[in-house]
Amino acid sequence: MSAFKDVGHLFRFAGIFVALFVIFLIVRVYVVPKSFGEYGHYRGNAITDIAANPIKYAGHEACETCHVDVQDVKKNGKHAHVNCEACHGPLARHADDPSSMTPVKPDTATLCVRCHAASAARPKTFPQVNAEEHSTGLPCQTCHQPHNPAIAAGGTK
Amino acid sequence: MKITRRQMLILLPAAAVAWEHVLAGTPESSPNYKLSDHWWSMLIDVPKCIGCGNCVRACQAENDVPDGYFRTWVERYHVSDENMTNPVVISPNGGKDGFPPVAKEDEGKYFFVPKLCNHCADSPCTQVCPVGATFVTPDGVVLVDPKYCLGCAYCVQACPYGCRYIHPQKEVADKCTLCYHRITKGLTTACCEACPTGARQLVDLKNPNDPIHEFLRTHAVQVLKPQMATGAKVFYNELDGSVR
Repeated sequence: MSAFKDVGHLFRFAGIFVALFVIFLIVRVYVVPKSFGEYGHYRGNAITDIAANPIKYAGHEACETCHVDVQDVKKNGKHAHVNCEACHGPLARHADDPSSMTPVKPDTATLCVRCHAASAARPKTFPQVNAEEHSTGLPCQTCHQPHNPAIAAGGTK
Repeated sequence: MKITRRQMLILLPAAAVAWEHVLAGTPESSPNYKLSDHWWSMLIDVPKCIGCGNCVRACQAENDVPDGYFRTWVERYHVSDENMTNPVVISPNGGKDGFPPVAKEDEGKYFFVPKLCNHCADSPCTQVCPVGATFVTPDGVVLVDPKYCLGCAYCVQACPYGCRYIHPQKEVADKCTLCYHRITKGLTTACCEACPTGARQLVDLKNPNDPIHEFLRTHAVQVLKPQMATGAKVFYNELDGSVR
């Protein structure tokens, strides 16, 4: 029995342990964000933080609200389903405030070959040209209207 | 400066209210968006991809992805007749500047495979995170909380698709968010917006009117590495057997 005669020390240790644990619980309440665990083991507000990031591509619906004339040219052509910003680049700033920036017209000599340069790796049915043979390197819009490129369709400039 | 008991009693609740505000974080940005109404994913129509690299450029512009890192990239496969199971795969600068042209006389078949985060329903990357910094949202998108991420890179190793990287400046894990800031506002992703052939399409599996349901019924569609049981949600139409 003599081994347990100083058991009072253990109660003191246990008391300190419990006190520290209570302090930990109190600190935890204040340090862990409110939204932690809202949907799972993560900060729920991270979802809204990420959703609040600014957009750079306005989306073709935004373009079409003003540029109806381009839409009319495009809609019957081969490029009807190519969105505006696929060629013109990200223009959300222009869509928000048209006067804040004027988009630069893409250079067709370098733009069109991104998709249409001949390569056996591309799907066979996709229209491809060897720019040197096809036009001796002239800008494509010398002959083609990029918004409706087929020449037979009256798309020439 | 002396603070009386009365002043203290006024100051304490004020401080508590301010602290509540700090904890609450940013307010809801898309009030009409309901998380439980969506289950996002993407369809990649492999035969439509022409390897122009528009998606890679759009992703980098939209999400400020640093040079040399990719949230999406395009691979070009070359499968020769003699060795069907060992394709030659190239992805110069992620396909951002296009691919070197191939002359007609070259042997074998070529095709392009755009890659991105598969937004797995049972994602290995979120399971290994020790601090709860990455997670699958209730609408099916795998995201990283940059405020919680320590940059330990466990998730980078865990992803079987190689879709994560440590951001060189922020020093936290970074990855495709499926343009979460766009899709919650009713827009499509930047890569889908910029794709000229419709090879990439944003999909909402919980939307009964989404054409994906008809498409999945009528086409030969696979996901990448189905044997990993990740619940990958990026669907590939007519994917070649040599793609890993």
